[in-house]
Amino acid sequence: MTSTDLAKKHIPIALADGHDSSAFLYAATPKIYPRTVQGIFAYWRWLGVFITQLVFYGLPWLEWGQRQAVLFDLGARRFYVFGLVLYPQDFIYLTGLLVVSALSLFLFTAVAGRLWCGYACPQTVYSEIFMYIEQKIEGDRTSRMRLDAGGFSLEKLVKKTYKHIVWLGFSVWTGFTFVGYFTPIQELGMAFLQTHMGSWEVFWVFFYGFATYGNAGFMREQVCKYMCPYARFQSAMFDHDTLTVTYDEKRGEPRGHRSHSAALAETGLGACIDCNLCVQVCPTGIDIRNGLQYECIGCAACADVCDGVMDKMGYPRGLVRYSTQNAMKNGWSASTMLKSVFRPRVLVYTAILWSLIFALGISLYLRTPLKVDVVKDRGMPRYSQTGEIENVYRLQLMNATEHRLQLNIEVKGAPGIAMETADAIFVEAAQSRWVPVRVQLPHDALKPGSHPIWFEITNQEGSMHVTEASVFVVPR
Amino acid sequence: MSDFTGSFWSSYVAIASLVGIFACLVLLWVTARKKSVGNADNTTGHVWDEDLREMNNPLPLWWVGLFVITVVFGLAYLFLYPGLGSFAGSQDWSSTAEYDAEIKEANTALAPLYAKFDAMPVEQVALNPQAQAIGERLFMNNCAQCHGSDARGSKGYPNLTDGDWLYGGSPAKIKESIAMGRVGNMPPMAQAVGTPEEVKLLAQYVLSLSGSPHDSLKAAFGRPKFGTCAACHGMDGKGNQALGAPNLADQVWLHGWGEAAIVAMVNLGKQNIMPAQKDRLSESQIHVLTGYVLSMSNGQKAAQP
Repeated sequence: MTSTDLAKKHIPIALADGHDSSAFLYAATPKIYPRTVQGIFAYWRWLGVFITQLVFYGLPWLEWGQRQAVLFDLGARRFYVFGLVLYPQDFIYLTGLLVVSALSLFLFTAVAGRLWCGYACPQTVYSEIFMYIEQKIEGDRTSRMRLDAGGFSLEKLVKKTYKHIVWLGFSVWTGFTFVGYFTPIQELGMAFLQTHMGSWEVFWVFFYGFATYGNAGFMREQVCKYMCPYARFQSAMFDHDTLTVTYDEKRGEPRGHRSHSAALAETGLGACIDCNLCVQVCPTGIDIRNGLQYECIGCAACADVCDGVMDKMGYPRGLVRYSTQNAMKNGWSASTMLKSVFRPRVLVYTAILWSLIFALGISLYLRTPLKVDVVKDRGMPRYSQTGEIENVYRLQLMNATEHRLQLNIEVKGAPGIAMETADAIFVEAAQSRWVPVRVQLPHDALKPGSHPIWFEITNQEGSMHVTEASVFVVPR
Repeated sequence: MSDFTGSFWSSYVAIASLVGIFACLVLLWVTARKKSVGNADNTTGHVWDEDLREMNNPLPLWWVGLFVITVVFGLAYLFLYPGLGSFAGSQDWSSTAEYDAEIKEANTALAPLYAKFDAMPVEQVALNPQAQAIGERLFMNNCAQCHGSDARGSKGYPNLTDGDWLYGGSPAKIKESIAMGRVGNMPPMAQAVGTPEEVKLLAQYVLSLSGSPHDSLKAAFGRPKFGTCAACHGMDGKGNQALGAPNLADQVWLHGWGEAAIVAMVNLGKQNIMPAQKDRLSESQIHVLTGYVLSMSNGQKAAQP
């Protein structure tokens, strides 16, 4: 098949799950009952679920010294990340982190498509967990479809109630964990048990919990198809060498049922036995045999299930597999295909990504945990009793360590410049304070106008050194 | 409270808002009844740029539900809150009222903290490190704009650290200055003094009061002219705190030193205002602030916390 054929190929929009497409502009979306799947990609997805959720649910319970290891204290505007105490002024690091994340996305997407969507996105991860609970309680696809199609019964009531209770419990725990990143989780837990949480905490626990319940329990693929902006622009990062979940049409067609014992060559059919399992396992309800579609989140459940079918039929695996458009077109072997991973786009993304990670790491490593802001008083400069020109400044000293700092301030930048302030300036752990500083200059030292000066702030041990610029105004 | 000066724009905005909302509903209703051209291949029949065809990709019904919810929300909002022209909304909500409520709430929350200091005399507040920390913040936010971050003032704005007081440095007087404000008024005195030359002679005499460099001969001639000044500043020029008349016999020159500055003051007079804080700050805050100001002037600055 040439690429022109691919472009003109018509993919029916109708869900493959046996629903007729309404000609109305609005249509109820049929519920999808994905069949449970096992296989190598399902294993990777579950690994993704465990790793991300272990981090999410576990992190707030870790302790660091006397405090929670990761805590974003919005009220006090201090952000604790293990040994780091970050101030709002450190948001540049968050920006850096987001840039790194964005570039990782570009890189992963260029190499292997929607890896994020298929293996690590919270929408996928929570849907996976919720579907697992659903499957444990209501049974697999066919049992669930039968249960929903059937009328009211005691069994249905019990199973549905049971499922929703487990879902809701899990959701509230998720909301609670989320709030635990902003309010110390152990205190929050005590408050939760004694039912006297703050009203905002209650709101966020239940809001986040409700979002989890609704998105993972009900919205599922609708989120990816209609809400996620990210799903839509990811396809812009695909090229003809991007690995995507692909049905090998050359090998599969013509599809058709056949006797289990018939040799493939004798049937005159392709390898696809048209068992429809790839459609049944699909969490977005598409038929991968129609080619790459925007609904495909790249979870490779179809690849897993098809491999199982191929094994049973005694055919080679990989009728549905990760492949690229170029590999399909040119009939490349896996190794030829993988060689094209090292193409300029991927190499450039990798280079930029690593230099950014490196720069971010270096900058964090070299960061002085002391910040200083100099704010000059807006009043007119004045003359002291002894005739010097005086300018007054306020220095905001921000201690980003977790111990008390004793600081020493010096002013430099003009001959004879001197300053007066308290002898020893202490700033408590993770606190900031304003210190007024009076700077004097002999009246004839500089011409009228504004002159650059700078403050040098050092701690008692001499391990921290911050220079902050300002100006000294000499009146006319 | 509305910013509309007439009723026209208010009605215009209200009608435009309502028509807009109902137009949204009508649009939804019309499109919901419309069927896309029922092509067998599930396209709408629109073709652009030779071969681009628009597929019929129906929006899910829950989206329609969300759309209706936003419409209902919009109408409910416009009913409850201001937004429909000058209609204030059934809740009578306003941002100023909310601000006042938040201030009240914050003050209630802080009341127990201040209650401790309310019970202390100002002299003791001046020694309490916690009160000092609060006082420092109050000072930085409310006083430092004029008096400077180090409270040493500048030209026209009194230095609060030097023990020289225009209206008295007792705790009661400081508190009065903060709460009620002060209006210092030096009337133009040129006519009462005499010719410009005589004003200069007077200025030399004023300089002599504080022992500043001056021409003693001119000062001697200027001395009789001081009678008009003595009404407020006293015969010895030491001022009068009851009137806020500054002491002219010390080294504090709030409005500038030297003959020219004194001549200008005599000729033009000066009205200098310290705004009253009693409506901006609570009584307890003023109490703590008084302690802070007192601590700076009498050298009993509280020890570092």
